[in-house]
Amino acid sequence: MTTADTVPAPAQRRRDASGVGQWGPPLALAALLVTAAYLGNAALGQRSFLLPQPHQVLEKLWDPTSAPEIWTALWRTTVVSLTGLAIAIVIGVTWAIIMNQARWAERALFPYAVMLQAIPILAITPLIGFWFGYDFTARVVVCVIIALFPMVSNTLFGLQSVDKSMRELFMLQGPSRSTVLAKLSMPAAMPAIFAGMRISAGLAVVGAIVGEFFFQRGTPGLGSLINKYSARLLSEELFASVLVASLLGVAIFLIFGWLGKRAVGKWYDFG
Amino acid sequence: MSTAPTTERASLLSFRDVAMAFPDGTVALHSVDLTVRRGEFVSVVGPSGCGKSTLLRIASGLENATEGDVGLATDRIGYVFQDPTLLPWRTTRRNVELLAELHGEGRTRRTASAQEAIDLVGLKGFEEHLPRQLSGGMRMRASLARSLTLNPEVFLFDEPFGALDEITRQRLNDELIRLFHEKQFAGLFITHSVAEAVYLSTRVVVMSGRPGTLVAEYDVPFDVPRDPEVRFSAEFAELVGTISHALREAH
Repeated sequence: MTTADTVPAPAQRRRDASGVGQWGPPLALAALLVTAAYLGNAALGQRSFLLPQPHQVLEKLWDPTSAPEIWTALWRTTVVSLTGLAIAIVIGVTWAIIMNQARWAERALFPYAVMLQAIPILAITPLIGFWFGYDFTARVVVCVIIALFPMVSNTLFGLQSVDKSMRELFMLQGPSRSTVLAKLSMPAAMPAIFAGMRISAGLAVVGAIVGEFFFQRGTPGLGSLINKYSARLLSEELFASVLVASLLGVAIFLIFGWLGKRAVGKWYDFG
Repeated sequence: MSTAPTTERASLLSFRDVAMAFPDGTVALHSVDLTVRRGEFVSVVGPSGCGKSTLLRIASGLENATEGDVGLATDRIGYVFQDPTLLPWRTTRRNVELLAELHGEGRTRRTASAQEAIDLVGLKGFEEHLPRQLSGGMRMRASLARSLTLNPEVFLFDEPFGALDEITRQRLNDELIRLFHEKQFAGLFITHSVAEAVYLSTRVVVMSGRPGTLVAEYDVPFDVPRDPEVRFSAEFAELVGTISHALREAH
């Protein structure tokens, strides 16, 4: 038979505004902030250590007295964040899948997910050290607790977002629950899961740094250094490690955004 | 004139005094009697909200009737939804394969049946496209192809072309009636367009407003396969007029 339905233009990709349009404004703002830092430094006079000059901060990143320590700490923090994030993803997705199985399971489990979110992490940090020791494990636990909620709530939202008629399409064929999960609910939830991962990834970095700040045993991470530098009033090193920690957060956020785009971008406009 | 007297053909789907009340007390259907035989294409027209779709949901087992009997002489049932309901992450081919896959058919068999169905609905060349890359009409074709892989004996359609533009709708009507002629299934088609109902069907039934029940029935005298030009004949216009009139009274 002949088909002459018009074929739509290929689904329009979100325009990648490269060059000046995209990078201009944020770079201009950065330049402004750097200038402000120099001006502030000059204005502070005696107390200029409160706001060191940007180039002095950057120098600390290759100065042999501070650089090795900072880069080792960055690696440590990365390991803690990614370990915590991986565990949060596994637990969060599983948790949501269980809640999605039955109304009563959701009722039973959701309040605890919310509670986890509402717990002031600093309040229970001493407890975590008490239970898990004051090194790697405890740091990871802090990470998991902070990063877990977005995984649970996003996955659940994704699983429940499946269109009713799609569900019925499956039901008509009498498939098992696990088939519906594998072929319908999970794939449909992937955009939400990846969006959750991106949020959790940023939170995992926060968790790692909070954990390191309090749990000083073992190799120091960025949080440990921030703690140390601030106690010793080493302001250039302090600014340098805060900068590195921020960049780590941004990098992980971008990586997970990219992963999400790779995974579902073909059929979903993944922001 | 219709090919064979309907009485000779086996009844594949029947409703006997079927009623449907929802838990909230709304009565959707009320004493519905309807039989669809092999080689019959029956359209149901009625005011919106009269329970037309509920009829299909009961026939397919998605809902249970609260009263009456539903007889289904086959387990090969095709169901085409209002929306194409394609999985957006699957290509046309993988979407069309879905039902066979859910029935545990092997890869080679389901690829073969999917290709056959894709060719049949005229989607050849679009096998590797994702739903978002297809037009509304093509998505509906893919949805149709997906049901065809089951080789259904009873084919249920829930206003499948309602969202399409008129030209695309007419084209798909032509395709559907050709498929019907080829496969000789028992078709039950829900629509709110009287012209579409008359053009597609061997019989049109009119449903009243809620609670829905069947109030009139019209045999369609045109031959299958149907000449698209029949749409412009005086006889066609007259039948559409008569049914529209009955529909207005049923409101």
